[in-house]
Amino acid sequence: MSAVKDHAALAQAFNKDEKRVDWHDETLWFVRAKRDRASHGIPDWELLRETASQIKHNVLSNMHDYLVQFEGNALANGIKIHWAADAAEHNAIVLSILKEKGIDRMVKSKSMLTEECHLNDFLQDNGVEVIDSDLGERIVQLAKEPPSHIVLPCIHKKKEEIGDIFHEHLGTAAGESDPQILTETARQHLREVFLTRRAALTGVNFAIAETGEFVVCTNEGNADMGAHLADVHIASMGFEKLIPQRKHLSVFLRLLTRSATGQPITTYSSHFKKPRPGQQMHIIIVDNGRSIQLGREDFRNSLKCIRCGACMNTCPVYRRSGGHSYHTAVAGPIGSILAPNLDMKKYADLPFASTLCGSCSNVCPVKIDIHDQLYKWRQVIVKNGYSTKTKTAMMKGMTLALSSPAIFNISGKAGRLALKFIPFAVNNGLNPWYKQRDMPTPPEGSFTDWYKKNRKGEQP
Amino acid sequence: MKVGLFVPCYINQFYPKVAIDTLELLEKLGLEVGYPLNQTCCGQPMANSGYEHLTGSTNELFTQNFAGYDYIVSPSGSCTLHIKDHLHSDKAPAEAKSIRSRIYELTEFLTDVIKVDSIKASFPYRVGVHQSCHGQRGLKLAQMTELTAPAFSKPEQLLNMVDGIELIPLTRADECCGFGGTFCVAEEAVSVKMGKDRVADHIKNNAEYITAADMSCLMHMEGILKRQNSPVKVMHIAEILNAAMV
Repeated sequence: MSAVKDHAALAQAFNKDEKRVDWHDETLWFVRAKRDRASHGIPDWELLRETASQIKHNVLSNMHDYLVQFEGNALANGIKIHWAADAAEHNAIVLSILKEKGIDRMVKSKSMLTEECHLNDFLQDNGVEVIDSDLGERIVQLAKEPPSHIVLPCIHKKKEEIGDIFHEHLGTAAGESDPQILTETARQHLREVFLTRRAALTGVNFAIAETGEFVVCTNEGNADMGAHLADVHIASMGFEKLIPQRKHLSVFLRLLTRSATGQPITTYSSHFKKPRPGQQMHIIIVDNGRSIQLGREDFRNSLKCIRCGACMNTCPVYRRSGGHSYHTAVAGPIGSILAPNLDMKKYADLPFASTLCGSCSNVCPVKIDIHDQLYKWRQVIVKNGYSTKTKTAMMKGMTLALSSPAIFNISGKAGRLALKFIPFAVNNGLNPWYKQRDMPTPPEGSFTDWYKKNRKGEQP
Repeated sequence: MKVGLFVPCYINQFYPKVAIDTLELLEKLGLEVGYPLNQTCCGQPMANSGYEHLTGSTNELFTQNFAGYDYIVSPSGSCTLHIKDHLHSDKAPAEAKSIRSRIYELTEFLTDVIKVDSIKASFPYRVGVHQSCHGQRGLKLAQMTELTAPAFSKPEQLLNMVDGIELIPLTRADECCGFGGTFCVAEEAVSVKMGKDRVADHIKNNAEYITAADMSCLMHMEGILKRQNSPVKVMHIAEILNAAMV
């Protein structure tokens, strides 16, 4: 059991350095505030969200047809299509494409799917070197850490720490933390990578069924640099990335970056439709649990996600626990409703890492009912036996006390002090409530006591 | 009109004054208010912990207790939301369904049903309003900063009728306090940090009192204020709306 990672324990460790928590919280709140300014500037913002949600609804309801349409059009454009049932199959397909071309070095732009599939580790174990070309991803890759945020992978790192990493790996001066200098260093380093790698892997933000093309959104142009210079372009996508028609991009591109960073649009929104002469273009369409999620009526809407990260930036828990406390590729509220589908036991803690405040659902550009799904996952996890015996015993005790007015109405101050139905009411030295908080002073009598004395008798 | 007063379990046991003020406030408005003595809890502590399947008996009890009332009013957005979203009964399914639409949180009952336009109360202090999430985002007691939509606030609409009160603006208008039911102990570190930050926002903006439509958030923040020996106090909105004229 001790090997099982737990959000509460990881969050507690993160909170040992309160100043750092403050910094992390403020940094992400700044992004949330930018998102607010950008979205509040669009009078029809809520209509836009509803429209996007409905388009995705249509996609989820007609997934089979759109996938077949997309495949047909992409094949006609000269793209090779691969279907991967799970992460292992996806990784094996990538490796086989590279092997066929005798390639052992690849450049990769941002793809949370490859994080989900742990592609880098797999390729490395099979003798293929991968360099992440997104700046944030490159930083965490050099630090040998996973991304802590889907849009801002190294948001947990301060610029001084990035300076230290660059000093160690890219030869910048010791103590150098000027963002301009560090960025320029990364730029020069990556330029060499772009020029020499024969294979490039990119993610996919939107795959258009109508045309068989896909759209990749970046701010750094790194996906384009990689793909345009490589002989082989591999694009990995979860099957939920589909949209029916190109015109629907006008809805999603307006929402995506405003929600993510508060920018009107990504610097590069690149359409890839067919390989240039002499180039190979592959699309790997990945399931990896998605069809199971699609079959879960309460949770299928989670597949509408366009990976903007707004729910993370707004989440008061995420901001104060850090992305790594979620111990999954996609952290935060959306990760907490996606991960239990992949492994309910391993991620049984995540739906509980929330106060159910509901801010995530309000910022979501495709209106996923994230906090309602967190509540529903809690029920599923308990019913499937992934709760602790202690908790179950406590809940049963609580139920017993609350089901009986006689037990509940134990009169007097001592009775209230001893009440065990409120889990945080007993100060037994172990109760976490008292570590940093006090309890209210118990009053002389309960309201029921007062009422019996001050108002006439039993009420209907 | 017969109003049934639903008093959340922890208010009954730890904050009886909040329930007394709620009752008196409703009585002052000339309403006939009943208090079913057999009430216990809405069942939310179990349900939010993933044990909604254990709430059958509290649901039946709740349905029995409040069957006879035209409206059910409670000084808690969170417990009200739970009943609205989850109350069901095998014995009296229609009654349970009807209760879900007859239950109101106190401030929305006053603004939307009774439509009060004046309140005789006085509270000459600087007050920060904590928007409890379940009341705000669940029951829509106030507009949410995430949305592109016109501003409103039912609690503030009522508080502005109180003599002498000064409502102070907060830097983060509707950030969660971190109570979250069993979250407050299961995720102690984050819960406390959220509470400390919430309290700090009120203090930074010179609040003398923090008020809310939910006592659970206030209990959490009070626990932190007390530990910090802060002079800032918490007070449920019913206590302010029922404060005597000076």
